[in-house]
Amino acid sequence: MSKHNALLVDFTKCIGCEACAYACKEANHLPDKEEHQLSSTAYTVVKEKNDVYFRQMCMHCDEPTCASVCPVKAFEKTPEGAVIYHDKKCIGCRYCMQACPFGVPTYEWDKTLPLVRKCTMCIQRQRQGEITACSEACPTEATLFGNKAELLREARKRIQENPDLYVDHIYGEKEAGGTSVICLSSVPFENLGFPTNVSHEPLPSLTWKIMSKIPNYVVVSSFLLYGIYWIIDRRMEVAGAKREVSE
Amino acid sequence: MKFKIPFKITFWKVVLIAAWIFGIVAGILRFSKGLGAATHLSDHFPWGLWIGFDILCGVGLAAGGFTIAAIVYVFHIKRFYPILRPTILTAFLGYLMVIVGLLFDLGQPFRIWHLIFWWNPHSVLFEVGWCVMLYTTVLALEFSPVLFERLGWTGPKKWIKKVTIPLVIAGVILSTLHQSSLGSLYLIMPGKLYPFWYSPILPFLFFISAVAVGCAMVIFESHLSGRAFGHRLRVDVLADLGRVMLVTLGVYLILKIQDFTAHGVWQYLSQMRTETYLFLLEIVTGVIAPIVLLLIKKIRISARGLYYVSVCTITGFLLNRINVAITGMQASSGVSYFPSWMEIAITTAIVATGFFVFSMATRYLPIFKHPESFDELEDHEALPQDAVFEAGV
Repeated sequence: MSKHNALLVDFTKCIGCEACAYACKEANHLPDKEEHQLSSTAYTVVKEKNDVYFRQMCMHCDEPTCASVCPVKAFEKTPEGAVIYHDKKCIGCRYCMQACPFGVPTYEWDKTLPLVRKCTMCIQRQRQGEITACSEACPTEATLFGNKAELLREARKRIQENPDLYVDHIYGEKEAGGTSVICLSSVPFENLGFPTNVSHEPLPSLTWKIMSKIPNYVVVSSFLLYGIYWIIDRRMEVAGAKREVSE
Repeated sequence: MKFKIPFKITFWKVVLIAAWIFGIVAGILRFSKGLGAATHLSDHFPWGLWIGFDILCGVGLAAGGFTIAAIVYVFHIKRFYPILRPTILTAFLGYLMVIVGLLFDLGQPFRIWHLIFWWNPHSVLFEVGWCVMLYTTVLALEFSPVLFERLGWTGPKKWIKKVTIPLVIAGVILSTLHQSSLGSLYLIMPGKLYPFWYSPILPFLFFISAVAVGCAMVIFESHLSGRAFGHRLRVDVLADLGRVMLVTLGVYLILKIQDFTAHGVWQYLSQMRTETYLFLLEIVTGVIAPIVLLLIKKIRISARGLYYVSVCTITGFLLNRINVAITGMQASSGVSYFPSWMEIAITTAIVATGFFVFSMATRYLPIFKHPESFDELEDHEALPQDAVFEAGV
């Protein structure tokens, strides 16, 4: 079985205790303060809208937009499923933040040499055989860590068994071509502020359609432009010689 | 002892010095306090004025360089030759300003060399970075004969002459890639950029509008240099540029109409919101008004008329790039962004420096200097013996 891991977040089980947010801060050595917006010191937050509690964090796309747009390859999709950031490479262009369809990466705006910050899906813990800090801390199993294929099956089963409780939408199953964080909710995701106009086609393919043609373009247009120059140059030479003869 | 200012005070010198003072203060604050304190950028709005104006507009306004180089050297239309040096200089300064702007915008400016060592061919910004590096080098080489000439170095001038055509062709290819890639930057944000501006053909729209604005810039510069130094392009040359503009703007308008129809964008025009007003302002000023004016023959063949058309086109172009970078991103970001005084001061100082260097260069380097005969040069005639050197390419 593939070792591609994922998180299943079931909003119907979330009681808003924020244990995940605090466990995350501890695991990532972040300042221990209450935050309700993703920031460079909060990689996950618990939000509330119309009595529904839900979590926000990096979706760990299967074909990550951030990794595609980063000019220096500072992002990497690991075989474990996590999208991680190599801060030593980052030049600070913030294209990842600009392009992320979920508005996830955040910046250390108050530093003079800032870096991008976001959830790492606890890659260090995963590599030591542990599960993510947030899923370990959750008292109601609202956040489950496991194999992605298994969690998708579990999500489908829950919707099938409880069609009155859940909306028929596994957020992250198709969004941005599929993500490694999948969510279930009792209210439509757009009511919670989740972007629902995210393309189901992996976003990197939108630019690759153009980028992949560049080598061909360079070769063809070099020959074409030189050819145009050569033909016109020759015609002018001939015209000049003719004029000289007639004079 | 009486203090004496070593130069005559004029209005523009006061403006320049004020821009530098504010720019230096803002620059110090930006590097000592960080981007958060100096700019109004945020996690929700990570790209602002510096990307929208310094980069997107700066590169676009430099488009005259490759357009005129291609017209003169590849297509042998030598009537444009007298404007070649000033346009190459404008393009070169434009690109230097883009690089300076970028160093202010990057969070880790000292790591800019990472672009050379870690390649990601999937990233449009990788392409943009390489285009900036290579094309700035090409422009420096294209401009170098002017310096060699001033210094009296005949050897390097001869060497550059031998590679003129490959250099010009490389410049055209890099520019095509670079102009279009600035549009490609936004291809990956279909859900984020407002429908008036998002389009799968964004790279083509960016390229076509750059060609149009490149011509407009040449007309504009010819007018300014005519006022300042008495060097003006012949009206028939300007009129030719006007015709090129009419065609390119026409193609742009047709593509825009097709695109709106294909993606059902027309319905958004009926919504009374900022995006609609600014889009209409942009398309009327930058595309429709110039097309209508250029269709009138009396305007198309008059230097003054063409100057007004170029002002319209340039204004519309600037609006378009700012709209893509800022207006079009507001709605999806959920915040409203307006640049801080420090962002504006740094941009203003960079632009002011560009004007300053341009005027210094025209004063001390052989930019507009050309033999009398060039004004009478017809297309079928060969360039004078030393013409390739003279042209700065």
